[in-house]
Amino acid sequence: MSKVLMKGNEAIGEAAIRAGALNYFAYPITPQSEVAEYLSRRMPEVGGHFLQGESEVAVSYMIFGAAGCGERVFTTSSSPGISLMSEGISYIIGAECPAVFVNIMRGGPGLGGILPSQADYLQATRGVGHGDCRLLVLAPASVQEAVEMVMTAFPLAEKYRNPVMVLGDGLIGQMMEPVEFPDNLKSAPSNKDDWATNGMDTRGRKTRNLVKSLFLDPVELNEHNLKIKRKYEQMEREEVRFEGYNQDGAYRALIVSFGTMSRVCRTAIDIMKADGLEVAMIRPQTLFPYPLQAVRDAAWKKGCQAVFSIEMNMGQMVEDVRLAVQGRCPVHWYGKCGGEVPTPEEVVETVRAVVQ
Amino acid sequence: MGKTFQKPEALSDQPTHYCPGCTHGVAHRLVAEVIDELGIRGRTVGIAPVGCAVLAYNYFTFDFQEAAHGRAPAMATGIKRSRPDLVVFTYQGDGDLASIGMGEIVHAANRGEKFTTVFINNAVYGMTGGQMAPTTLPDQRTTTSPFGRNVDEVGMPIRVSELLASLQTPAYISRQTVILPKYIVKAKKAIKKAFTYQLENRCYGFVELVSTCPTNWGLTPVDAVKWAQEHMLPYYPLGDLKSPE
Ligand SMILES: Cc1ncc(C[n+]2csc(CCOP(=O)(O)OP(=O)(O)O)c2C)c(N)n1
Ligand code: SF4
Repeated sequence: MSKVLMKGNEAIGEAAIRAGALNYFAYPITPQSEVAEYLSRRMPEVGGHFLQGESEVAVSYMIFGAAGCGERVFTTSSSPGISLMSEGISYIIGAECPAVFVNIMRGGPGLGGILPSQADYLQATRGVGHGDCRLLVLAPASVQEAVEMVMTAFPLAEKYRNPVMVLGDGLIGQMMEPVEFPDNLKSAPSNKDDWATNGMDTRGRKTRNLVKSLFLDPVELNEHNLKIKRKYEQMEREEVRFEGYNQDGAYRALIVSFGTMSRVCRTAIDIMKADGLEVAMIRPQTLFPYPLQAVRDAAWKKGCQAVFSIEMNMGQMVEDVRLAVQGRCPVHWYGKCGGEVPTPEEVVETVRAVVQ
Repeated sequence: MGKTFQKPEALSDQPTHYCPGCTHGVAHRLVAEVIDELGIRGRTVGIAPVGCAVLAYNYFTFDFQEAAHGRAPAMATGIKRSRPDLVVFTYQGDGDLASIGMGEIVHAANRGEKFTTVFINNAVYGMTGGQMAPTTLPDQRTTTSPFGRNVDEVGMPIRVSELLASLQTPAYISRQTVILPKYIVKAKKAIKKAFTYQLENRCYGFVELVSTCPTNWGLTPVDAVKWAQEHMLPYYPLGDLKSPE
């Protein structure tokens, strides 16, 4: 398949269509409104359904309704919008429905700013909503990877009957890069007749289905939560994804970084290598489940003197890096928020200040 | 000899959790009868609210989803837009629909969503213990308006049917009641009309049912009916407010 040059936001919309997700509900918010603009044109062409909801709260329940009746459905938003969807996300998790949420992050807190950021790391990886919630969180570092993650998000959501979040920073949405939509990532929607409210006639069955999150009996609710917990444990066993960089030989420091920030760190690592300082990187591609073991192994490697969590926020992933490293070597954080992306030179300086 | 009276197929055998004299049960039965008569049980999806009717799905025998407080119209939109062949209705109380969910109901009605809403107006929050609702009458005492609803502080009760009828998008909007047998036949007719408009893909349908909550009104079921007749019906007059014709 040939590559086409596309803006990240439009590529994300197209990727979902190629993945067979023909239901999209959204509310405009910078820096990802182009997804809704693109899909308002594209969905009618492919026989899909596009609707601009009255708020992100409403949108999250449009998603819940469509997911509950067994349809592939998704939305895209940015940080403040995701906060409003957090209630719906919790209900969707409780009712065990598959859906995909894309968060093209901007700076916070509050209205924050409209420029790229990674400041929703903790919100996303700690489940977003109330209750014992977790989402499978995929973090793309390029437009191509965003396409692939969106396409795989749907079967993953269905495998676990749990929402999946694609967590990109504003740069992923705004950047133009050549992309292709791999045919092998297309998947047929799973059969949902055992649980979805798609109508008894559709199923050809006489028993009805219920989509709900209320369990008034404490024993039943505990069992329900244990069932959901087992799904998260299965994700931890089966879905952890990460990429290593400059990791094969000996190195004196390890950088952990995700999304667009990891691309800057690559450049920094190349600069340091040219100067004779070997630094490795682990780039988590799944933020939940987190590649704890990979970060631990890389940090504990002989010769590694320090670990750096480099993020476009005020120090969020660093908590997971510390969990992974378990105090065996010092863990430092460097980052910026509000739209300024740390430069390769700043990353080099940060590492050099600790590792000579 | 054929049976002259039987339980609708759309209604389950479970005894309900509703208080004695509560009109939720009558409203359920009317919805079930309409679904049976229209032969749509196999393609209907109901949406339960958060309120006393949160467990409504226990009393029906077709697919159901349970919404968050106030969000049923958004869920119904998601289902109906992605599966236009399904028949969808929301069943909501006045706290659910007219307070926390006011945004969702207005926008769903204004978009002309092709689903149906059954709106239970009992002038209080039933489930949480009788707090003031947007529909609570002036001077009516509730657990959060112990001196009576002070309209200078919290405004006048909202007439939701009139509010929705003021929207320019075609819709069927009707206010009925289920407090006495003489009103029930009309209420059922309105519910059937609303579902029929949905089946014809004509318009959004909204039926408000003036109801009682004897428990939280602190009245016997009989006195509750009297109170509703004397106080609610004058403020919430019955009849069709809007039709797509
Ligand atoms: C977000 C949220 N806020 C508050 C509640 C608590 N709550 C449950 S039911 C209810 C009021 C229901 O009243 P109404 O809609 O009038 O229905 P009724 O019980 O009278 O049938 C409230 C406030 C909740 N469940 N969720
Ligand atoms: S509290 Fe009121 S609305 Fe709820 S079941 Fe009892 S009487 Fe009905």
